[in-house]
Amino acid sequence: MTLITTQTTSPRRLGDKVFLGLSRGAGIMILIILAGVAAFLAIEGRAGIFGDTEEMSGSDSFLEYVGPLVFGTVYAATIALLFAAPLAVAVALYITHYAPRRLATTLGYVVDLLAAIPSVVFGIWGITVLAPLLTGNVYPWLNDNLDFIPFFSGVLSTSGRSMLTAGLVLAAMILPIITAISREVFMQTPRLHEEASLALGATKWEMIRQAVIPYGRSGIISGAMLGLGRALGETMAVAIILSPSDGYFWSVLTNQNSNTIASNVALEFPEAYGLDVNRLIGTGLVLFAITFIVNAFARRIANAGFSGADG
Amino acid sequence: MILNNDTTTRGAAVTDPNQTRHETGITATVDHRVDVENLNIYYSDFLAVEGVTMTIEPQSITALIGPSGCGKSTFLRSLNRMHEVIDGARVEGTVRLGGHDLYGPGVDPVAVRRKVGMVFQRPNPFPTMSIYDNVIAGQRLNAGRMRKSESDVIVERALRGANLWEEVKDRLDKPGSGLSGGQQQRLCIARATAVEPDVLLMDEPCSALDPISTLAIEQLMLELKENYTIVIVTHNMQQAARVSDRTGFFNIEGTGKPGRLIEIDDTTKIFSTPAEQATQDYVTGRFG
Amino acid sequence: MSATMTTRPDRNPGADVDELVRPRISRALHTSIITASVLVALAVNALLGDVKWGWVVMLAAPVYLVAIRVAARLIEDRRQATDRTVTAIVTMSFLLVMMPLISVFWTVISEGAARLDGTFLSGTMRLTPEELMSQRDGAAVGGAYHAMMGTLIITGLAAAIAVPLGLFTAIYLVEYGRGKLARAITTMVDVMTGIPSIVAGLFAYALFIIVFGPGSRTGVAGGVALSVLMTPVVVRSAEEMLKLVPNELREASYALGVPKWKTIVKVVLPTAIAGILTGITLAIARVIGETAPLLVAAGLAQDTNYNPFDGRMTSLPVFTYYQYVQPGVPTEAGVQRAWAAALMLVIIVAVLFTLARVLARVLRPKGLQ
Repeated sequence: MTLITTQTTSPRRLGDKVFLGLSRGAGIMILIILAGVAAFLAIEGRAGIFGDTEEMSGSDSFLEYVGPLVFGTVYAATIALLFAAPLAVAVALYITHYAPRRLATTLGYVVDLLAAIPSVVFGIWGITVLAPLLTGNVYPWLNDNLDFIPFFSGVLSTSGRSMLTAGLVLAAMILPIITAISREVFMQTPRLHEEASLALGATKWEMIRQAVIPYGRSGIISGAMLGLGRALGETMAVAIILSPSDGYFWSVLTNQNSNTIASNVALEFPEAYGLDVNRLIGTGLVLFAITFIVNAFARRIANAGFSGADG
Repeated sequence: MILNNDTTTRGAAVTDPNQTRHETGITATVDHRVDVENLNIYYSDFLAVEGVTMTIEPQSITALIGPSGCGKSTFLRSLNRMHEVIDGARVEGTVRLGGHDLYGPGVDPVAVRRKVGMVFQRPNPFPTMSIYDNVIAGQRLNAGRMRKSESDVIVERALRGANLWEEVKDRLDKPGSGLSGGQQQRLCIARATAVEPDVLLMDEPCSALDPISTLAIEQLMLELKENYTIVIVTHNMQQAARVSDRTGFFNIEGTGKPGRLIEIDDTTKIFSTPAEQATQDYVTGRFG
Repeated sequence: MSATMTTRPDRNPGADVDELVRPRISRALHTSIITASVLVALAVNALLGDVKWGWVVMLAAPVYLVAIRVAARLIEDRRQATDRTVTAIVTMSFLLVMMPLISVFWTVISEGAARLDGTFLSGTMRLTPEELMSQRDGAAVGGAYHAMMGTLIITGLAAAIAVPLGLFTAIYLVEYGRGKLARAITTMVDVMTGIPSIVAGLFAYALFIIVFGPGSRTGVAGGVALSVLMTPVVVRSAEEMLKLVPNELREASYALGVPKWKTIVKVVLPTAIAGILTGITLAIARVIGETAPLLVAAGLAQDTNYNPFDGRMTSLPVFTYYQYVQPGVPTEAGVQRAWAAALMLVIIVAVLFTLARVLARVLRPKGLQ
């Protein structure tokens, strides 16, 4: 009897034909959906981007409208990444190499649970707990003593509804993603290399520096990029926490902040009508483009190879 | 004890990489002898190896043979405290290096490993490092910043000592993982000897290599023995017969029972007229 | 000791030659260093003003870092000092990250439990004038029943689309696809993973303008939006599970003359089912808390709507959001309902998460991975 390992010839039975059709169809459906997302956003957004600005609220051109939003989006996400990435790597190291073995799986589960908490919950927590905490203890000191730095200048917000608070909450939200990926990569470090390091008389940190981190470098970067992508697209936490204003604002402590694209849509969409809706969809298209680029970059790095896996 | 701690440290004063340690006038004395007394090795409550007593003479090659699972690798790893990377591993008994108990109170396992080096079954050069960086990796940990001239000397000496210098001297900055299996293993040997340990442990170093590379490594071992005490675990009895001065035979009664050292003696004696019947059976191929 | 051992530059030349035995910081000493750091921080705080525990902890951390590094340098050696410092930093980072997590849980539970009562679970936001009056007097009225139903319906729709779509795509990628189409699909699935949730919502809204006209918000639009977010998760996890099924199983089946499609259905899928179910559960957990797409596509309604094709449908996350930002009079009433709904969401997600773990462990066939 011939052993059929792969079906490279076209299937003859009806069952095989149908099944193959279903599977392939599903795959093609994915392509169609993605094309559809881009298409529908473009179709409906076009009117908002190129349409008559007289008919929209505010008379800015699309560029003037979306510019500050892009700025705010990137700004908030950058703050988030700045705080989240180093902490995430440290936590991943802790769970994989420092925590007591029996606790390690539970800790991993707990950190993953952080990732699953809905963003609206984070938003409400941010504004009711974190903002007052920081406004009471940290922000005044920054504003008083470091206000020669543009980030900390300006009139301090009494409610804490500032870019820094939003950025910190975003950091808490993307940290589990980066940690999860880093953890996986750290655990995949071949035991052989760790032992090679230990046999040379390395301390734990030296072993991590010699064997674990070089192996996981591209994984960490790719994880950080994915976290950045999430931060760019995050809506509700920012919508609840940030107090938005029109324009470009650098200070992270005040009530005047550039809004993010996603948060702006969430705030404006329910009440919007006519071409305003199209304009909002246009900004959504811009956001799609930005996250697409960031994620493509992350994919490039992840595929370019695990630095330890070649050879 | 001769203390020559000024002229022979690191590569600073040893400028000729062709000089072996022997030629620089350091006599290896009883300092490198390993004395094991009644060693029991436990993994949590499970006794893996029981009651090993042996003496390993300096500047010799001792081979440990025996069937799979009889505890020879476990025992080997206890000599540089590498078995402790597994949670719950512990020992009873003593292992003395030059008279100092490696398991004494206050002894740091990290310090032990700088004196007792190890080469593993599968070559494991650090994949992200160049050949040069691989060799100097252990020294970098110990000595921190070194001048390039110093590290160059050390690298060349170690690679020459591992019979690898001629093959890689023109591509020291290429990744270590680009070499063949046999070359990688010699690189690992160079890396281990670069820190100048007292004892070199080798855990089936040739089992992943082809016969030609195996021969090269065996030749290397015979040269290394001038400067190091070598303990090698091997499944290959012919290899043990070829390279070792003394051979120890480990055996195990059954699964779940601890491994034991049945007999240790001069290699020629073990392979011709061993004292124990079990040894005789094993070396003549009746089991294992 | 052998003089050929490399001497370490930071040890005194005439010191004890036995380098194996090194002084170590004992556990007792370590504990006292920790205690001392806290006391120092406490003292400094007391001197500067009142003692706030947050500041004590914040000060104790750097004091400890400095103390342990100095102690290790003096007693042990440079490399140990670095190792101890890193251990301290890594551990502190972990504790730092645990704080918001614990705080979120604590806050949600303590704020939300108050309102998680029968009225909340059975009522909607369609309130009679009498109820509105009693709310001003502090009565607890209104509920999230309509939101719960909405979440159930919308998530159900999303799963109904995403699960078959994702599963069959995964089957195609693992069992059939080689070549350009498969590569394109796998790249596009990656792209899909990165779609921001609000963009998915905008897409669904734009799509259904064709069917229902502009300005429409419906449950089915919400379901479609969520399915866009859910499908790539299902694809990836199903793909991983299918790849884990050893090829020997497939070959054994083919060797018996079983056609490919039956092999997949009767051999491969049952072997991978545990992992696939886990992946689906996690995908549901991921989308069940999504607010932004539903805000845009499904909207807010005050009453229960069982028809996904007609009119707005409230979901739990959207309900939470609106109750917080438009709480009504008095504001505590709305805020309390928001917290209660948030608590519900967290409970649901935690349950789903635990369910996924349990499934993975219980259903896993022996001998696989």
